[in-house]
Amino acid sequence: MSDKKNDVWITGIGLVSCFGEGPDTHWEKLHASGAASAPIDRESYAPYAVHPLPEIDWTAQMSRKDMRQMENWQRIGTYAAGLALDDAGMKEDEELVSTMDLVVCAGGGERDLEVDTAILAEARTRNDRDLILNERLPQDLRPTLFLAQLSNLMAGNISIVHKVTGSSRTYMGEESAGVTAIRDAVARISHGQSSHLLVGGGYNAERVDLFLNIELGRYLARDTATPVQERQEAGGGMIPGSAGVFLVLESAEHASARGAKPYAKISAVASDLGARNAEETLARFSRMLEKLPLDRDSRPAILSGASGYADITGWEFDALRSRFGMEAAIRAYTSMVGNTIEANFPFGIALAAMALKNGSFYEPFEAAEKPVKIPPSSILVSTAGHYRGEGMAMVEAAS
Amino acid sequence: MSTQYTDHLGRPVIAVTGLGVVTSLGNGKKENWEALTAGKSGIKKITRFPTDGLNTVIAGTVDFMETEEVSAPAISYAMAESTAGEALEEAGFGDAGFPGPLFFAAPPVEMEWQHRFALMEESPSKEPGYEQLLEAARAKPHPQMHHLIQLGTIAYKLAEKYRTQGLPISLSTACASGATALQQGIEAIRRGETEAALCVASDGSVTAEGLIRFSLLSALSTNNETPSGASRPFSKDRDGFIMSEGSAALVLETMEHAVARGAKVIGVIRGVGEKADSFHRTRSSPDGKPVITTISAALEDAGMSPDEVGYINAHGTSTPENDRMEYNSLKAVFGERIHEVPISSNKSMIGHTLTAGGAVEAVFSFLTMKESIIPPTINYDNPDPDIPLDVVPNVKREAEVKSVLSNSFGFGGQNACLVFAREMA
Repeated sequence: MSDKKNDVWITGIGLVSCFGEGPDTHWEKLHASGAASAPIDRESYAPYAVHPLPEIDWTAQMSRKDMRQMENWQRIGTYAAGLALDDAGMKEDEELVSTMDLVVCAGGGERDLEVDTAILAEARTRNDRDLILNERLPQDLRPTLFLAQLSNLMAGNISIVHKVTGSSRTYMGEESAGVTAIRDAVARISHGQSSHLLVGGGYNAERVDLFLNIELGRYLARDTATPVQERQEAGGGMIPGSAGVFLVLESAEHASARGAKPYAKISAVASDLGARNAEETLARFSRMLEKLPLDRDSRPAILSGASGYADITGWEFDALRSRFGMEAAIRAYTSMVGNTIEANFPFGIALAAMALKNGSFYEPFEAAEKPVKIPPSSILVSTAGHYRGEGMAMVEAAS
Repeated sequence: MSTQYTDHLGRPVIAVTGLGVVTSLGNGKKENWEALTAGKSGIKKITRFPTDGLNTVIAGTVDFMETEEVSAPAISYAMAESTAGEALEEAGFGDAGFPGPLFFAAPPVEMEWQHRFALMEESPSKEPGYEQLLEAARAKPHPQMHHLIQLGTIAYKLAEKYRTQGLPISLSTACASGATALQQGIEAIRRGETEAALCVASDGSVTAEGLIRFSLLSALSTNNETPSGASRPFSKDRDGFIMSEGSAALVLETMEHAVARGAKVIGVIRGVGEKADSFHRTRSSPDGKPVITTISAALEDAGMSPDEVGYINAHGTSTPENDRMEYNSLKAVFGERIHEVPISSNKSMIGHTLTAGGAVEAVFSFLTMKESIIPPTINYDNPDPDIPLDVVPNVKREAEVKSVLSNSFGFGGQNACLVFAREMA
């Protein structure tokens, strides 16, 4: 085992969100505009708001035949994965993709709302509800739906469509899944267990069954679509967003050998879990910060994936301000694209990489956010899951 | 150059010091091993829910766990809690917590029909549909139901109960998940991130809808009349797998760590291999290349030749396609020797424990080496002439087994292979 660690370069970014697709579009639309510019749908799921998917021509990244085998959740991921491979100059390079490792963060698949509603309707008039399932489900469910439900089938579809087949693993657990995916990817490249890797996930927020899953814990913001900090004064709450994000990560050596240029490098990832109270949560954030390459005077720019849910968002900001001061430049990118759950943390990493490549940072997304004085050379990405798990990463200029 | 504590590539030797298991055969290693070596089947008619009108009415359900409600997440957690507890106790980790992370192979969890019906009953709205259910959620908080259906919950609860370190990891590679949990524990230890890892897999997802979905893919046996004879790996008349429940836990640590704290070492994990398949969502490449690559990679990682493998714990699902593909792929790696190496499928008795399979079969592989008894492949009455293997037919066999190769394959092109041994050399 060698103690020498490889630098982990980001050499490709694939993004889809309410702002459109691709890193250039996202940089253009996000770096100098506030949350008021963010596309948001307040009507379709009222009283909840959602950052919707843009119009997408799926066939740009997959065949119609493959497209028909997927629900939107998987299409989003497969599409963003294709964009990332394109961006890294790896698309359809058989040698590179067949040896590329795949790390996906994913939730569950999509329900067939029509089938479920028909069963609920019938259940109103019958007491033998178990039998309704036995009568209807074998007739009404599409066999492919089962595959849409399996968490690892976003990865499976990426292997099929883009031929990424070195290895394949899927992490689950809401926002924590994204933290774990990035952590695993960085650790493997850093220690030479992988030379090049595709990591990311996708989330289709525009599903009433998912609104239900979240609202059971009453995490959603109601009748408001204000940015994250402003929303805290109104009691907080989460606004979900549909998005897909994939990153191509490579060891510096692997990227250099093929002449690929980095956006930035990921120099450290930390994660934790514990009781959600002020004291213990602040202690966990402090411990994570200690694990990052920061000295006492470091003042990194900060991208936060804060869900907007009341207490935890405040604790995350308190922890960051107590370490970096009240003037810390924190950007809650969830004000722009929503909480994209499994994709939340990788999305922040992508935004950090784009800022470093462009030698600039994002203007405040809302009035409460502080401007930066000089363009940062390192960016801290921080997130706290809406009900469990926290993660942080340092993204730095590669040169 | 290998030493007592490092392998042929200078990496830390990975010792296994604790095992726990639950299947339809029983709770714990003792009950399971007795039944498994006696050739007993855990497959039975489903009583958890009415099966009227269903094509498949049998499964390897685990009906003896005490749970607050009968649901996939509740049963999966109860089994995982039990197996993790058993493994940690054997390894000698008690009240002080566990000095490493948790890697948990998590079952597909989602809201179940009982929850939808309950929300429908309490909803202020009478108009059927998700809006109706949402109104119930808006009317009052349902924290317990919320926690239950989040995909990370089981791992979070396990991590809290057994005080593992850091953010617990929930993962899925479908039916290869149990093997993947071990793979990730191995990788973390080899990176030097931790001296120990707790790897747990659990799947308690035999629900009406789960069963119906697999049935719609024509993946399940419909041999309903004789449940104990329905899982027939490598037989000519095999007709599909049996959906089953189970959990397993393994404590991994560096040999150095195990020796230093005076732990009893059950065996070692020598290697792991993986290769993804891009052929189809549910079917393997007809040429078997990804599986062949997976098995070869595991042997290479272990620093072993196929000749050194003493026994193969097959994936052996009892579907027509899997068993043929597994044989052909093994033959490509082992050559003619494949017809002499004993190979058996635990699934002939416990069915396919899905997410948990790779870990359950890892536990049985270590017991096979420890007890010098190979569990049989039962229901082998009608051998498939195209799969001429020594499947240890119907009756256990006493044999000194020094090393085991274990396969796991899953939907979505997932393939993993592990190599276990009694000792490093």
